[in-house]
Amino acid sequence: MYKPEEHNVICTVCPIGCRLTVIREEHEPDGYKVIGGVCKRGEKFGVKEVTNPTRTVTSTVAIEGGLLPRLPVRTEKDIPKHLNYELMKLINQVKLQAPVKIGEVVVANVFDTGVNVIATRSMRAVK
Amino acid sequence: MRYGPYNHFTGSRMKRGEMYDVVIIGAGVIGCGIARELSRYDLSILILEKEGDVADGTTKANSAIVHAGFDAYHKTVNGQMNARGNPMYDRLAAELSFPFQRIGSLVLAFSEEELASLRELIDNANVLKIPGVEMLAPETVHAKHANLSQEIRGALWAPTGGICGPWEFAIALAENAVENGAELALNTQVTGIQKTDAGFRLSTAAGGSIESRVVVNAAGVYADTIHNMVAEPFFEIHPKRGQYFLLDKAAGDIVDTVIFQAPTKAGKGVLVSPTVHGNIIVGPDAEYVEDREDLRTTGPQLDYVRQAARQSVPNIPFGMNITTFAGLRAESSTRDFIIGPADDVPNFINAAGMKSPGLSAAPAVAEEVVKHVGVALGGELKERKDFNPHRRPAAHFAEASPEKQAELIATDPRFARIVCRCEYVTEAEVVDVIHRKVGARSVDGVKRRARPGGGRCQGGFCSPRVMEILARELGTDMGDVLKDGPGSYILTGRTKAVEGGM
Amino acid sequence: MQHYEVVIVGGGPAGLAAAIEARKNGAQSVVVLERDRELGGILQQCIHHGFGLVVFNEELTGPEYAERFIDELMELGIEYRLETMVLEVNADKTIRAISPSDGMIEIQAKAIVLNMGCRERTRGAIAIPGFRPAGVFSAGTAQRFVNMEGYMVGKRVVILGSGDIGLIMARRMALEGAKVLAVAEIMPYSGGLTRNIVQCLHDYDIPLYLSHTITEVRGKERVEGVTIAEVDENRKPMTGTEKHYDCDTLLLSVGLIPENELSRGAGIQLDPVTGGPIVNEAMETSVPGIFASGNVVHVHDLVDWVTEESRRAGAYAARYVQNKLVEDASVIASRPGDGIGYVVPHKVRPENLNDKLAIFMRVKEVFHDAKLVVKADGEVVYSRKKRHMAPGEMEIVQIDAQKLKDLKPAELLVSVEGGETVHV
Repeated sequence: MYKPEEHNVICTVCPIGCRLTVIREEHEPDGYKVIGGVCKRGEKFGVKEVTNPTRTVTSTVAIEGGLLPRLPVRTEKDIPKHLNYELMKLINQVKLQAPVKIGEVVVANVFDTGVNVIATRSMRAVK
Repeated sequence: MRYGPYNHFTGSRMKRGEMYDVVIIGAGVIGCGIARELSRYDLSILILEKEGDVADGTTKANSAIVHAGFDAYHKTVNGQMNARGNPMYDRLAAELSFPFQRIGSLVLAFSEEELASLRELIDNANVLKIPGVEMLAPETVHAKHANLSQEIRGALWAPTGGICGPWEFAIALAENAVENGAELALNTQVTGIQKTDAGFRLSTAAGGSIESRVVVNAAGVYADTIHNMVAEPFFEIHPKRGQYFLLDKAAGDIVDTVIFQAPTKAGKGVLVSPTVHGNIIVGPDAEYVEDREDLRTTGPQLDYVRQAARQSVPNIPFGMNITTFAGLRAESSTRDFIIGPADDVPNFINAAGMKSPGLSAAPAVAEEVVKHVGVALGGELKERKDFNPHRRPAAHFAEASPEKQAELIATDPRFARIVCRCEYVTEAEVVDVIHRKVGARSVDGVKRRARPGGGRCQGGFCSPRVMEILARELGTDMGDVLKDGPGSYILTGRTKAVEGGM
Repeated sequence: MQHYEVVIVGGGPAGLAAAIEARKNGAQSVVVLERDRELGGILQQCIHHGFGLVVFNEELTGPEYAERFIDELMELGIEYRLETMVLEVNADKTIRAISPSDGMIEIQAKAIVLNMGCRERTRGAIAIPGFRPAGVFSAGTAQRFVNMEGYMVGKRVVILGSGDIGLIMARRMALEGAKVLAVAEIMPYSGGLTRNIVQCLHDYDIPLYLSHTITEVRGKERVEGVTIAEVDENRKPMTGTEKHYDCDTLLLSVGLIPENELSRGAGIQLDPVTGGPIVNEAMETSVPGIFASGNVVHVHDLVDWVTEESRRAGAYAARYVQNKLVEDASVIASRPGDGIGYVVPHKVRPENLNDKLAIFMRVKEVFHDAKLVVKADGEVVYSRKKRHMAPGEMEIVQIDAQKLKDLKPAELLVSVEGGETVHV
């Protein structure tokens, strides 16, 4: 029996957490039909989660000469989800020197996504 | 001087391979008490402890009660030692500066049969001359203790019952003994004892050997193992586990005296008592276990303790529990303390089978053992002229008056840096307990001495700070700081590859 | 004795917002007393994103959220003292504190705002059986080690409790190279946000077991394993459902408790349900002139609401100092009704309200398609249909102040009506 491609997605647009079913349908504008949701934003989310899931990654990098030995960082925007661990490998090699200002670019344009990794706090130098 | 989890402390004689007058195996409250009492005399003394700190066995997990002495039967060694040990606490606490409070104790009876057993206890108390023991009517009890059960039929009151900090006591004893010349080797497990012409040769797990004229066996739950290394077996230690709850200080006023239950055929009941730090301790149950390291708590037994305690104090707030723990009593097959030389090896002296009331009896046991050591060494021990019975008291910021607090801060600004928010322990106190003789080498070692992490958050906030201070003061990396004994590592490495992480 | 108009106890998100708002509302001398080495409180270790959607309409990480308030505090020139531990707050509004640089400090305040936050429930609080080895951490402690100190706390991890901190730490540990084996939750629903279930667990293939708890911790020195088991409707483990995990670490995310030792010392009345002070519309406690806001009053789900509540507390503290707070007004008691765990504030003096009264609350169970209703002495003053309500998420109701001023009811009763309770 023919069974169309089907994905179960939990919507994270709002706290309700609708259980979405995203079904491949050629004639739909996005190529998918989304059922189980209650809003348009959820439908868009469902399709994106199936076609190109992305995430903001937050972590830390090593820093010297500051109050703490680690500086928190994040991707400025979402990056493709499958790059999460690759990104960790990359930033685990970074070592900064205090002082650092919040928003400073720590790694530019990771994996040619056009997204920078930025510092999420300022850290002044301590003697 | 270095000792502790990172380095084995080696006493000067131990290093030179010289013979000790006395080696004590086990640094619990019994072994440390014996060492301190022996350090009054002109003797070379070494304490051997298999764990990374003193007071790390039964001494760190028990009810912390200094029993008045009415309970243990007068014809037993237990009974005699308890009666003798209890009055010694006032002076010891004053000399050694450890927490001790004589808050009295009540034994509750819930039936005619239990009242009868209380009368037997009073008879026993009279033979042992325990002061002030009397029977109280329920109204008298309720007038003073509003939270006790309405079901009680009477209670035995013993004004000399008390509470203490058992590990603080043992640590103070060890510290005072070391200050008076005794040596201490931690992480040193005795694996064999041979008789020699002059005494004994002890071999250790690390491969060393130690010579001594006299050996004192204060090895707690392992006392039979140690005894049997050199002497004819005649007793076995059966560890009996007891489980406890420790409630937050906010529950601290639910009782203000030690509350026991009358002994019945079913057992000795569970107690509810204040602790010297203002918490409430509830327990223990009693359960034989095979494994001598089996300090597990278990769901069913904790439920039993809860239920049993509610018989005495119906509205006891278990929602305010901050920790549960278990301890092992070193119960001997002879059912009594074993104090004295082995029949077949006169210079091998046992201080074994120290079940309850071992803590209460400890000061008297130490005196007894010293007598036996004197005999073994051939007569009168020579007193040292420079023996100092006093230990420098530690400053406790939280307990000081505002004026005294200001004074402390003026002498050392580290008194103004609170490490533990629950118990208000300052950095100065943590640093002090690290640098004292028999100083702390682990997070739990610091906790036992200065109490950070002993409060309601159980180290959630302060453990990173305590680790940082330990690392700084001992010149090691924070990643190497242990919770307690070897193997109890807390951190598993750095986070970033650039710093040797994953 | 030093004198200040408004003293803020705690420099986390609540204290920062309260201080800023007190100054903006005319308090001249304001000081923030912070026990840590820097401002920002627990936000400094919450390096994940998801903060600020309400307050800034954008998604920030914890440190970014904190830094915006710290910057504003600096710009306003508000005084703050670090490494300053408050030892005592008294009903006469004197404060005793210590710091290594200033020694013993005594302050007479005209108003005080308590912003001490909360602490984590521990293993002891839930009496998990087994050994007591190293390797059992509350999730927040682990978070500090990993995010601020730069140390890992384990390689193979089981987490008890599906509160947000536990979920966030599952992802953090996984990203930093640990294997997170499972999350067990004793309740039949998760205590965390759906988004965190998806992004912290599903993304990393970490299973979540609802109605499960830890029945044993193994390992004498370091954790060697844990056993989890399914629980029955009384939350008692059922034999035969045990699963064993070999792991070196157990993280606990089993709830937060407002930290009110100072409040107790000042003789402030506490609500046994929230664990925090009983407060009125001004976030004023039972001791006049001592205010409280943020997690010290009740545990919030989002920092944005902490900010909102603390701004109110700071503004009202300034008004109190200026004698602009109506004290002898009629008082409405606000109470939780069916399906509601608690409401904050507990008392309302309508004369002091601006345009709206905000009531914060938690529901007791998961509800779908139910109505959240507020009645003033029986008359409905608010009613809204809610598709979804859960104990993990705070509910907020805004009531028109004029209505309350007109009605002058004795009681406001908040309840859940209709709908179905859901066990996910």
